[in-house]
Amino acid sequence: MSDIALKLRQNLGLLLAIGLFVVFYGIYNAYHPRGFSPQILVQNANESFVLAMVAMAQTVPVLMGGLDLSVGALMTMINCLASYLLQGSPMEIAAGILICLAVGTLAGLSNGCLVVYGRIQPIIATLASGAVFMGIALFLRPSPGGNVDGDIAWALTNDLYEVAATYGFADGGDAAWFQWFAWIPVPLLLLVLVVVFVWLPFRRSVTGRGVYAVGSAEGAAYMSGIPIDRCKLAAFTLAGLFAAIGGVYLALQTSSGNADVPQAGSYTLNSIAAVVIGGTSLMGGVGGAVGSLFGALVIRSISFNFRIFDVDPLLQTLIEGVVLLAAVSLGAARILRVKNRLELMG
Amino acid sequence: MRMASRENRPILITASFIVLILAIGTAYTLATQGSASFISANYLLQQLQVASFLGIVAAGMMLVILLGHIDLSVPWTIAAAAMMATAVGGSWAVPVGLGVGLAVGLFNGLGVAHLRVPSMIFTLGVNAVLRGLMILHTGGFAPQTQSTGVMEFLAVGRVFGVPMALVVWVALSAVVVVILTRTTLGRYIYAVGNREAAAYLSGIDTRLVLIAAFVLCGLCAGLSGVLLAGYSTKAYQGMGDAYLLPAIAAVVIGGTNILGGQGRYAGTVMGVILITLLTSVLSVMQIDESGRQVIYGLVIIVMLLLYGRSSTRRQA
Repeated sequence: MSDIALKLRQNLGLLLAIGLFVVFYGIYNAYHPRGFSPQILVQNANESFVLAMVAMAQTVPVLMGGLDLSVGALMTMINCLASYLLQGSPMEIAAGILICLAVGTLAGLSNGCLVVYGRIQPIIATLASGAVFMGIALFLRPSPGGNVDGDIAWALTNDLYEVAATYGFADGGDAAWFQWFAWIPVPLLLLVLVVVFVWLPFRRSVTGRGVYAVGSAEGAAYMSGIPIDRCKLAAFTLAGLFAAIGGVYLALQTSSGNADVPQAGSYTLNSIAAVVIGGTSLMGGVGGAVGSLFGALVIRSISFNFRIFDVDPLLQTLIEGVVLLAAVSLGAARILRVKNRLELMG
Repeated sequence: MRMASRENRPILITASFIVLILAIGTAYTLATQGSASFISANYLLQQLQVASFLGIVAAGMMLVILLGHIDLSVPWTIAAAAMMATAVGGSWAVPVGLGVGLAVGLFNGLGVAHLRVPSMIFTLGVNAVLRGLMILHTGGFAPQTQSTGVMEFLAVGRVFGVPMALVVWVALSAVVVVILTRTTLGRYIYAVGNREAAAYLSGIDTRLVLIAAFVLCGLCAGLSGVLLAGYSTKAYQGMGDAYLLPAIAAVVIGGTNILGGQGRYAGTVMGVILITLLTSVLSVMQIDESGRQVIYGLVIIVMLLLYGRSSTRRQA
């Protein structure tokens, strides 16, 4: 088999997710009165960012062969923390963001410790730690509220032009050279930055490849001398960081912190769905965070379409559910590609 | 014998945690109110009645977890069973509720056993579909949500002072224990949970076993939905949401291996009682929601750490 064909086959899930996204988002824009305009793009990028981050967070433990049921709660906890810290002078805000990301990373690391040193199954360990994170979130914000610096919230949830206008560089965003990319939404840029500067280096690192190896066959990885414990710790730690980025952004987007238990739960469940749509195997070892990113975008663009086609609100959840079930079943049904029946049973 | 003692360890630890929780609660009430209300028969019976709803869900969940699978469609199976039962009303209410649970379980089982979609994914999708169906059901017209007399009797009625819900739970528990320890289906469930390929090669129709377990789990969720509707005298959306994670937690606290193949039903019962008492004692002690969540999570973690470190590389 030629190299290209092999690459295609290995990334089939990712390509499928991108294809689905292009179709759904294309339809949405084609029928939208202001379709294919930067304003729509900014709005949609805002609505998708948090789920995309949570989905990427979920991906890493899943690649390792685990599951993180605490990502939604962790994101919510950081959201509540950020609603206190994102104010004051620029230095204070920057420190606040760093503290939020550090706390999220530590929370992820503690999940990893429960799994590695406590030897508790990931799904149960994160079920329990998720309750703890949710408790802390409720302690921080018993009722929704908060105070987030207006400038940074405005700048980071709009396009680059507004960033320049808010902070007064590139002639307030009017410089000629700036016009080429002034329309780019900040959340979209942030997603690209996270992928390029966090995810891709991690995936290429020894630890990152170890995560894939552990997910494929833990026994074989152990025999090959891969530092299994370090890979597992890293997987959960990175998940914590990604979820924390999502939490900080949610605080910027809503200018508040909200310890909403059902919302945290739905983020966790949607993140699993996004991971599967993005072509990552729940058995571990196959897939990647970019696929999950597109999986999240698929989920969001399906609901965008409801606005355009004026779907009966009563039908929306049913259609969402059926599409979700069909997509994940097709993506995950192992009966379709099995050669030996025993392989099915693991 | 070593095997047996290892399986009994979680049950003993859970039992001592229950005693500990009651002791702390009693010390608190003695100090603040001067009464030991936590160890009165009335309070304990009332708690067992509340525990019944969770216990019935957990019983079904345990069968599925023993197979190494999981059923995430429980929340909306509960709600759907309750809503359909109340919508039909009359003498058909209870059979319809159970039928909904059975149908959902059968669908889950077919998807997992024949399509081989990982159960976590498939049941998650089914949960979303059920939610959509129920929103459609309540939105299109105003269905009847009032529970029937039979449902209320099953949920809050008392026979010789014993709550009916508890009677239902005990009866169901007896059935589950018989299935797990005295029938071939029970043996098969443990066998498939340990290693499905080996069970298949031994001539077990593993697909039928999977379907049977999911059907039983759906039935339990349906039964719980019917009882819950009777308990709160009506069915409403989201009524099952509070039962999924506690049910899984109860099963695991009771010593059932989340990877399947190992666990005793007595442990699940203990786990259910522990979670119910913990929730109740914490709310009586006026610890707010945030503290309750933290303690709840920490108790699960501490107990699992106490169970001893499982082997890390089971399938190495």
